[in-house]
Amino acid sequence: MNYVALKMLFGDRAKYLMLLCGLTFAVMLIVQQGSIFWGLMIWSQSSISNLNVPIWVTDPGIAQVDEVKPIADTAVDRVRSVPGVEWAVPLYKGLLRARLANGEYHQITLTGLESSTLIGRPAEVLEGRFEDILQPDAVVLDQWAVERMGGPGVIWVGTVFELNDKLARVVAIAKTQKSFTNIPVIYTTYERAIRYVPRERRTLSYVLAKPKAGLPIDEVTARIREQTGLGAFTAEEFSWKTIGWVLKNTGIGINFGTTILLGFLVGMAIAGQTFYLFTVENLRQFGALKAMGASTFTLAQMILLQAFTVGLTGYGIGLGLATAFGYMTASGGGLPFVETWQLLVLVLAALLTICAFSALISIIKLARLEPAIVFRGA
Amino acid sequence: MDETRTQPAAVRARGIVKSFGSGDTQVTVLRGIDLDIYQGEMLLLVGESGGGKTTLLSALAGILDIDEGHIDVLGIPLNDLPAGKRTTFRGQTMGFVYQQFNLLPALTAAENVAVPLLIQKTGRHEALQHARAMLDRVGLGDRTEFLPKNLSGGQQQRVAIARALVNEPRLLICDEPTAALDGHTGQKIMELLREVGRSPDRSVIIVTHDSRIFHFGDRMAHLTDGRIVSIEPIAREGTA
Repeated sequence: MNYVALKMLFGDRAKYLMLLCGLTFAVMLIVQQGSIFWGLMIWSQSSISNLNVPIWVTDPGIAQVDEVKPIADTAVDRVRSVPGVEWAVPLYKGLLRARLANGEYHQITLTGLESSTLIGRPAEVLEGRFEDILQPDAVVLDQWAVERMGGPGVIWVGTVFELNDKLARVVAIAKTQKSFTNIPVIYTTYERAIRYVPRERRTLSYVLAKPKAGLPIDEVTARIREQTGLGAFTAEEFSWKTIGWVLKNTGIGINFGTTILLGFLVGMAIAGQTFYLFTVENLRQFGALKAMGASTFTLAQMILLQAFTVGLTGYGIGLGLATAFGYMTASGGGLPFVETWQLLVLVLAALLTICAFSALISIIKLARLEPAIVFRGA
Repeated sequence: MDETRTQPAAVRARGIVKSFGSGDTQVTVLRGIDLDIYQGEMLLLVGESGGGKTTLLSALAGILDIDEGHIDVLGIPLNDLPAGKRTTFRGQTMGFVYQQFNLLPALTAAENVAVPLLIQKTGRHEALQHARAMLDRVGLGDRTEFLPKNLSGGQQQRVAIARALVNEPRLLICDEPTAALDGHTGQKIMELLREVGRSPDRSVIIVTHDSRIFHFGDRMAHLTDGRIVSIEPIAREGTA
């Protein structure tokens, strides 16, 4: 009877297309909004992922990566002395203003890396050599800094500008993940970063560390916490901490969650109503099938097949459209759009719920249907 | 009941009572029906509107539960069967022709005819082969791939008859098969039912208002106010 079920489904083109459009719209909306939401979350913790180090040590009261709480310079040695730590290096991270040659000011995030190892440097360099950061007054910009500060016509390799009245010379452009705030990131050495910023009692933002090979990272992180009294997090923990802070403090989760919920509800309403109408309009035919010996179980199988066929078709099309949207708008990392398999599985589960709900109300109708309906005149 | 008949009864109904509603609004539609339908005969069930014809037909087909009495179909006590087994039994032994045809609009004529076989789990290819052969028997061999909307009312009823007969049912149940057709087409349909639908081991029950087709039956049962008031053989030209 699967053949009959599918012919019935595809035969009523208007309702089939209505169902397909409803489900495609729901899938597209949920995937698109979910991907943008997750893209934004990835951006919110890009300061962590861009540096790509296993352990972050800082003030124990820190809420998120961009909320810097300076710690004593001695923290580096204290972390190094914890058993199980392979290495530990200082990191400066702070906001500063850059003054370009054309007189424009731009707020930037200054990142100071330990000069002997350059641990935390971006993995990919688009222009120039990152190692040239060791030259006098040298800084490296990320590609978003170039974009925000006026584009390649204004700032590029060789451009000179001022950071707190001190000279800075661009020696390379690095490729990084865009940040949530989209404030330009400028890399330099830790020592030079300290010189750029106004004098403060404490200048060390973070200690970056790595556990010795073979030691569990959680164990080493816990040891750092216990022995130094500082806050120590694995990169993953710190990322989730940052994402949690953004969700709690920006309302972004509620905004996207509302849209996603709307997509789910609209999809469910359209699919449920159309499917129910489809069943009601074919009630006499279903009654005839029952009279001819089709059991309620057989009819339920037919309804489920119809629901899941249109659902999975809608899933494919909706997913394709959302992916195409993401590809067109977010290629190059300009917009946040991250489609993860977890999101796709979640959307599939939501869609199957919509289909199951739609099928269920029709099945209930059919289960109560008396085949004697077919003996009544029109 | 006819004690002189030699054919076995395909359907034996005794003391059938059926009511709808409850309390003050209860309406008793069947008030103690006794009826035998013999193998090989075509029985017409006639009577005024609201007299209980359709209710009796539904009860005999096992698609409506009765309040009292019992119905045996081909020796099986229909009302003692669980719902699932009754559905299966119906699918294996009965064919239905409806007033409104009830063809599936998205399926071709051949596919519609194949439906009872598909319900019985016959393979699609084999079911369609049988369906085309049956359509050929009802004179629609050249319309097998037509959708119902592209067939006339008479042709749609022929498809419905082919569908009712495709699984060789022992009991053919027809509800006003000519009511939606013009007089000439109705006659043709009845001729087809006599020619193709009748066989020595098949009983045909037809509910009808249409007096122009009465002469096609073997016997006629008159139903009035929920009771069978008469069952008479139908005289034919040259046999009366």
